[in-house]
Amino acid sequence: MSELKSFKFNDKNLKKAKLIVARYPKNKHHSAVMPLLELAQRQNDNWLSGEAIEYVAQELNMPTIRVYEVATFYTMYNLSPVGKFHIEICTNLPCLLRGSSSIVETCKKTLNIKIGETTEDKSFTLSEAECLGACVNAPMMKINDDYYEDLSNETTENIIDKLRTGKTIKTGSQQNRHTCEPIGGLTSLSKQNNLRKKILENL
Amino acid sequence: MLHDKDRIFTNIYGFQSHQYKSAKKRGDWSNTKEILSMSKEDIIKKVKESGLRGRGGAGFSTGMKWSFMPKNVETRPHYLVINADEGEPGTCKDREISRHEPHKLIEGALIASIAMGASVAYCYVRGEFNHEIKVLESAIQEAYDLGLIGDNACESGYKFDFFIHRGMGAYICGEETALIESLEGKKGQPRLKPPFPANVGLYGCPTTVNNVESIAVVPTILRRGSLWFSSLGRPNNTGTKLFNISGHVNQPCTVEEELGVPLREIIEKHAGGVTGGWDNLLGVIPGGASVPVLPKKICDTVLMDFDSLREVQSGLGTAAIMVMDKSTDIIAAIARLSSFYKHESCGQCSPCREGTGWISRIMKRITLGNAEVEEIETLEEVTRQIEGHTICALGDAAAWPIQGLIRHFRPEIEKRIAAYKSMKLDAA
Repeated sequence: MSELKSFKFNDKNLKKAKLIVARYPKNKHHSAVMPLLELAQRQNDNWLSGEAIEYVAQELNMPTIRVYEVATFYTMYNLSPVGKFHIEICTNLPCLLRGSSSIVETCKKTLNIKIGETTEDKSFTLSEAECLGACVNAPMMKINDDYYEDLSNETTENIIDKLRTGKTIKTGSQQNRHTCEPIGGLTSLSKQNNLRKKILENL
Repeated sequence: MLHDKDRIFTNIYGFQSHQYKSAKKRGDWSNTKEILSMSKEDIIKKVKESGLRGRGGAGFSTGMKWSFMPKNVETRPHYLVINADEGEPGTCKDREISRHEPHKLIEGALIASIAMGASVAYCYVRGEFNHEIKVLESAIQEAYDLGLIGDNACESGYKFDFFIHRGMGAYICGEETALIESLEGKKGQPRLKPPFPANVGLYGCPTTVNNVESIAVVPTILRRGSLWFSSLGRPNNTGTKLFNISGHVNQPCTVEEELGVPLREIIEKHAGGVTGGWDNLLGVIPGGASVPVLPKKICDTVLMDFDSLREVQSGLGTAAIMVMDKSTDIIAAIARLSSFYKHESCGQCSPCREGTGWISRIMKRITLGNAEVEEIETLEEVTRQIEGHTICALGDAAAWPIQGLIRHFRPEIEKRIAAYKSMKLDAA
């Protein structure tokens, strides 16, 4: 049971933690609590166990309750285990207007789980997210560290399929688009149209 | 219409590299030492004269904000904090600056910090922007390696350090005092003002919190002159602005335009028009989720700037334009925003903590029509009880979309309620 394991930073993260603490003034090391919790979460299969939270409290010499307060306030800290791939679908207004409800249904159907659940094999956890700040590339979802944008039901299924079989996937826009430019061609910075063409050809 | 020669963010789409070599070709870091040799007062004066108003939503004069910092650094250090906790629904401009124009942000941070007597800047980036944080970190490393920042930034004699602080998913941390609390390692709950951050901010020290875009445009303003910037846009609404056009348009996109551009023009020229044509437009939320929706009639002629949008009882906010065509269930759309505010209320002030829940629950019922017509008044009253009665503006932000809905789409709500009633009657 992973919940019972005691938690300690590995050597690499100990070094990272030192660098993080050094970003803040000498007696203000409490500022490092958020980044250290994040580091702990990354080391702990993407969730924060009670042991990990207590460990960070110890490292920073903070009352444990203060660290719990932080860990429970911010939504990116997972307080229970999540699947290997954590799919978070933005369902806020700009995504809703462009079909995020259908993307949610596609994910539910493909994975055979509901929002907030994890597949039996612990591969996938499905969540709804508030605005993830990629609104001109809606609908979109975040899987672990990456954004997948301009989704359709087909591309969504395709992404899940590739994750299942361990294939690499292009992150970002799933259409013929580099980033946030209008898909039909540039309406500003038109000198860069050739550059755009070249980049899109290489996609 | 803005010409390419007047655009500040010439790599906003990321067709070129974000790295120093490319950034330098775009003009970044070209005469920073010279800019830093100006007096602090002169830098602030020039930013004031440009008319730059904060790009994060409130639209307060950036130069004025800087001038609130104590003139001299005494026992307490000064801080610049950059707000990159971009989370206002509809808004995705700071993301593009962070990943495609990071050097503009770093150079701007250096100049702003020196002008305010700060030798450290923290950039608070929302945690979901993993890729953007990596790009920023690599650009910061480049800047250190090249001596652009560090002990003797650009050989100016000034010491300047720039650090990223990663948020972890809390919309409220976009509020400047909540952001400061968070940066201090606490829950992101806003502070009462006064004291204002310029007096008592990060670690109790003088602090200015600025939006990413406000900081990133500063080097170009100083390079090309306040007059150049203030000649763009309209009086009191000067300069260029990044707009995000999302929702029911043929080509959603981000684009830099002049402030004061007509809403219809920016949608038709850059976003390929409303799906199904302009006459298929129902309404637009012109400045991120917190500002009231505008019906088509106003959208026909309104200009996209702070004052024009305030005149029509809405706001420019972050300039995130959310377009809704006639297929939109406007009640459901606003209800979605209400559930967002309920989710993001930090819980500190009762009117907001309780009120956002009430609003969201009533809106859910009204979406179905399962309500009494009198409840529209109740709903309006709840928003008035929240508005202005909370420590921070999240309460107002939760109230305004509802007020906009009732102001412009009341018949729609009444129709929904009547339809539900007649359906119930038929079923009985």
